[in-house]
Amino acid sequence: MAEQGLTNQQVLENITAKFGEAIFNVEEPYGLLTVTTTRDQIIPLLTHLYNDAELKMNFLTTMCGIHYPDNKEQELGVIYHVHSLVHNVRLRIKIFFPIDNPVVPTATNLYAAANWMEREAFDFYGIQFEGHPNLIRILNVEDMTYHPMRKHYPLEDGTREDKVDTLFGR
Amino acid sequence: MITEEKVNTNTGVEKIPDSLPAQYNENERELTTLNLGPTHPATHGIFQNILQMDGERIVSGVPTIGYIHRAFEKIAERRPFYQITPLTDRMNYCSSPINNMGWWMTVEKLLGVKTPKRADYIRVIVMELARIADHLICNSILGVDSGAFTGFLYVFQEREKIYEIYEEISGARLTTNMGRIGGMERDLSPVAIHKLREWIAGFPKVMKEFEAMFTRNRIFVDRIKNVGPITAERALNYGFTGPNLRAAGVDYDVRVMNPYSSYQDFDFEIPVGTTGDTYDRFMVRNEEIWQSFRIVQQALENLPEGPYHADAPEYFLPPKQAVYKNMEALIYHFKIIMGEIEAPVGEVYHSVEGGNGELGFYLISDGGRTPYRLHFRRPCFIYYQAYPEMVVGTQLSDAILILSSMNVIAGELDA
Repeated sequence: MAEQGLTNQQVLENITAKFGEAIFNVEEPYGLLTVTTTRDQIIPLLTHLYNDAELKMNFLTTMCGIHYPDNKEQELGVIYHVHSLVHNVRLRIKIFFPIDNPVVPTATNLYAAANWMEREAFDFYGIQFEGHPNLIRILNVEDMTYHPMRKHYPLEDGTREDKVDTLFGR
Repeated sequence: MITEEKVNTNTGVEKIPDSLPAQYNENERELTTLNLGPTHPATHGIFQNILQMDGERIVSGVPTIGYIHRAFEKIAERRPFYQITPLTDRMNYCSSPINNMGWWMTVEKLLGVKTPKRADYIRVIVMELARIADHLICNSILGVDSGAFTGFLYVFQEREKIYEIYEEISGARLTTNMGRIGGMERDLSPVAIHKLREWIAGFPKVMKEFEAMFTRNRIFVDRIKNVGPITAERALNYGFTGPNLRAAGVDYDVRVMNPYSSYQDFDFEIPVGTTGDTYDRFMVRNEEIWQSFRIVQQALENLPEGPYHADAPEYFLPPKQAVYKNMEALIYHFKIIMGEIEAPVGEVYHSVEGGNGELGFYLISDGGRTPYRLHFRRPCFIYYQAYPEMVVGTQLSDAILILSSMNVIAGELDA
């Protein structure tokens, strides 16, 4: 097993020392440090992680959108996974924001990798990444009028009556 | 001077950049817009590249994907865990067992199922065979794209033999679907082990021939050396992983960094390149085939005795004979088939070293029968956006080689 140079505790101490109240909902599901932050703080936080000499978290593993229809004023979210290849420690960062105002600053200035990931999140969830060089759909057709991964677009035809979900274990 | 092309917005094509390097505007040279793809035989899949060409030289490139988008992430939100396997099979179809196993390891992590050692070793064998098959195809297709067809025929036989081993293990060849929660669907049969041994005996000869045919071939090396280089810094910024990153000199390998499935038991090296050009990518893949071969040998030699699946009756399908006679087995059988496994609330990220990089599964469960959200970190999706940067300034024939050396698989790209 490769050495884990930093513990989750050290990472958390480092970022809370700088961002304090802006880091909340700290969890460790299955060993992966997970924090939530705000829309205003996400780019400063990612920049800090990128540049910090101690953490060296400069690898954006993945990012994706998510939709929780029941969380009022916090329906949509973006989840970032960053990774420090030097210390082999990962960090998951979440931000949530209302569906009426889905504007998030872009991370493309930091990571070239964020470009298509943000386009994908826009395509699927309608999240507007402010400052993105070319925010258009990537996997779906351009004349689509909705964002299909949102929960109010069910996968199957909801009007069908011959297929009762409970009978099929779903 | 080029006029702005009218681009059909229906295809989701990016706008062709207005600003070109100064010399093109000054000289008012006419550029050609070339659609490489969507179904060009040398693009190895359905994706389009809109290239601006100045003669043979590429001035800019705009990649377009999404032609085979099948909405796997959305479909997965309506399916119980067992029914998601066929989706993962169809992502990187050149090495589908790796996707399979990665998915099951994610689920096992969520459910807290511990796999026995034998299952781990069988998984390692299967995954390394898949990696070998994947790299063989990638490298030999690189040969085909540069005009050397023979190598492809040589190694295709070996891939065929690997598929025959899969067939012995699972009954399927391409989309194997051989993993289960807690282990494998079946144990390695004596025939499978025999075929495996046979393959191990014969493979090095073919591989050496293949290497001899290419690595010191003047024409081939001239065609790929210094073509499409990418620095380690840029590669990391783009999120490269796998052979493409290692070719640039970064020794990041998930198997070593975060070992899964008993990889810590095996002795192997991580080959790295220096310049990140097409030649290095080719050589890194060749060397990785040898390393994977070592792992397969070690795993087969040290294959532990014991069960091939975890003792988790609520997740692992009971044997059919037991279903007829045993009430509990019948109940679990019904529950598993009808997808009534309820997962604990939680979120888990698990990644495996796929055929071409870190293949990650991010699974959020709200305690229901299906994932609340499933996100695939697909390595191809990450590579392909660097393609324009890598081809600008090269020639069209180089662009083809760069594309095939990046090993972009359309099924994974579009997921």
